[in-house]
Amino acid sequence: MESLTNRKKVVSDKPMTLWEKIYIPAIVGGMMTTMKHMLRKRKTIKYPEETRVFAPVYRGQHVLKRDEQGRENCTACGLCAVACPAEAITMTSAERLKGEEHLYREEKYASSYEINMLRCIFCGLCEEACPKEAIFLTDRIVTTEFERDEFIYAKDKLVEAIDDRIDITKRQFTGKRTEK
Amino acid sequence: MIKVTIDDIEVEVEPGTTILNAARQIGGEVVPPAMCYYSKLPGTGGKCRTCLVEVAAGSTADPRPMPKLMASCSTAVMDGMVVKNKTSQRVHDNRGGVVEFLLINHPLDCPICDQAGECHLQDLGYEHGSAKTRYREERRTFDPIDIGNKIKLHMNRCILCYRCVHVANQLTDKRVHGVMHRGEHAEISTYIENAVDNDFSGNMIDVCPVGALTDKTFRFKSRVWFLKPMEAECSCTKCSGKAVVWMFGNEIYRVTARKDKYGEVENIEDKTAWICNDCRFEKKDPNAWNITGPRKIDRHSVISQGKYATKIDKGLNKIG
Repeated sequence: MESLTNRKKVVSDKPMTLWEKIYIPAIVGGMMTTMKHMLRKRKTIKYPEETRVFAPVYRGQHVLKRDEQGRENCTACGLCAVACPAEAITMTSAERLKGEEHLYREEKYASSYEINMLRCIFCGLCEEACPKEAIFLTDRIVTTEFERDEFIYAKDKLVEAIDDRIDITKRQFTGKRTEK
Repeated sequence: MIKVTIDDIEVEVEPGTTILNAARQIGGEVVPPAMCYYSKLPGTGGKCRTCLVEVAAGSTADPRPMPKLMASCSTAVMDGMVVKNKTSQRVHDNRGGVVEFLLINHPLDCPICDQAGECHLQDLGYEHGSAKTRYREERRTFDPIDIGNKIKLHMNRCILCYRCVHVANQLTDKRVHGVMHRGEHAEISTYIENAVDNDFSGNMIDVCPVGALTDKTFRFKSRVWFLKPMEAECSCTKCSGKAVVWMFGNEIYRVTARKDKYGEVENIEDKTAWICNDCRFEKKDPNAWNITGPRKIDRHSVISQGKYATKIDKGLNKIG
């Protein structure tokens, strides 16, 4: 049969010669390879002191955006949850009461919104489905935890703080919200 | 019996049948959409103009084409009539124009609206409307009103199809609900916001083709595509007791009448199975219903998204 690759080597149990038996040439050969690699540029970085440059469309931890006036954009339409292939998103909605107009943009809002980060595959379909420009994936990395329940991110972790906005301008701006 | 050809398909119908009903006898793609016509409510139709079709030949006696597109819900068929619906580009273009007009005052709040997913205007907009609006003026706006304590009226979303007025006229005995003012200013209203407290007033939610009339007990509770529609029966003295319960896990989120593929309430034992307000708004306990099986949903409907037969079966075993 014809071989599939050219990497096949015929094994032989021929006894070693004296030159091979003293091993020193082989050790020197091995050390040469080591030395060659020591002089090369390192491929690794010292995380977390150093971080790599992320692509502008890197898909990391989600953020639920607020608008310019600090109101939550999310209206709990459920399109992200239905688009999610991993079924990681759940939400319940509530009606905005009188006097809450400064908190929520639309008359309906998500009273709870949870993403299971263990289920999430960071595909970005939720971001694509969102008609209100509320959910975005960011270049933040989901931190490691010891307990499984700590990976279920609720609104306290997902909604951006009013005084600490998450910049998503590097991501493509779809302009859906202006298209009224 | 008279012969009529719709989209090159020949069908024999009773004299006096409308083009729309003749097309429904063929079924499938040739059926024009209808936003205002409701076969179970006499007197409906002729308002929304979405069912416009081209009549290529009037009859055998007078085979001239009709110059304008005809509203198929209110035009009776003639022997030898040739009708074009799907096969006519003119119909498609005109229907797109009608949809654009319907959407002039209709807000784009589908992410909020409870009707989203089973809305006929959404389907039409998807099929015919373009993604952008050319309308620059302000949309007319109203505050949501309560009609009784169980129905919410969003006048913003209303397309003035008058179906709910016909429900109030024909199903309930005393009408306190109708359309006030004219033209731009027309709005559905109750007489000085009187509560409609008839036992069958809830059916105006089912007949509404858009999200203007919605169930307050289901308001913002969930989205239709997360719920499992199940056929259920109960012993009710007022109505047939045959309904669809929309379940999430073992909870009933809302109850509606059984609707056919045209969005109309089904006939069960030759009677239209309207359901009463007790069944619709009060019976949310799964033990009050005898759940007989999952409702058949078109595979392409958004409601069938993410639903697998095994899931529904499992849910059924838990309840039954």
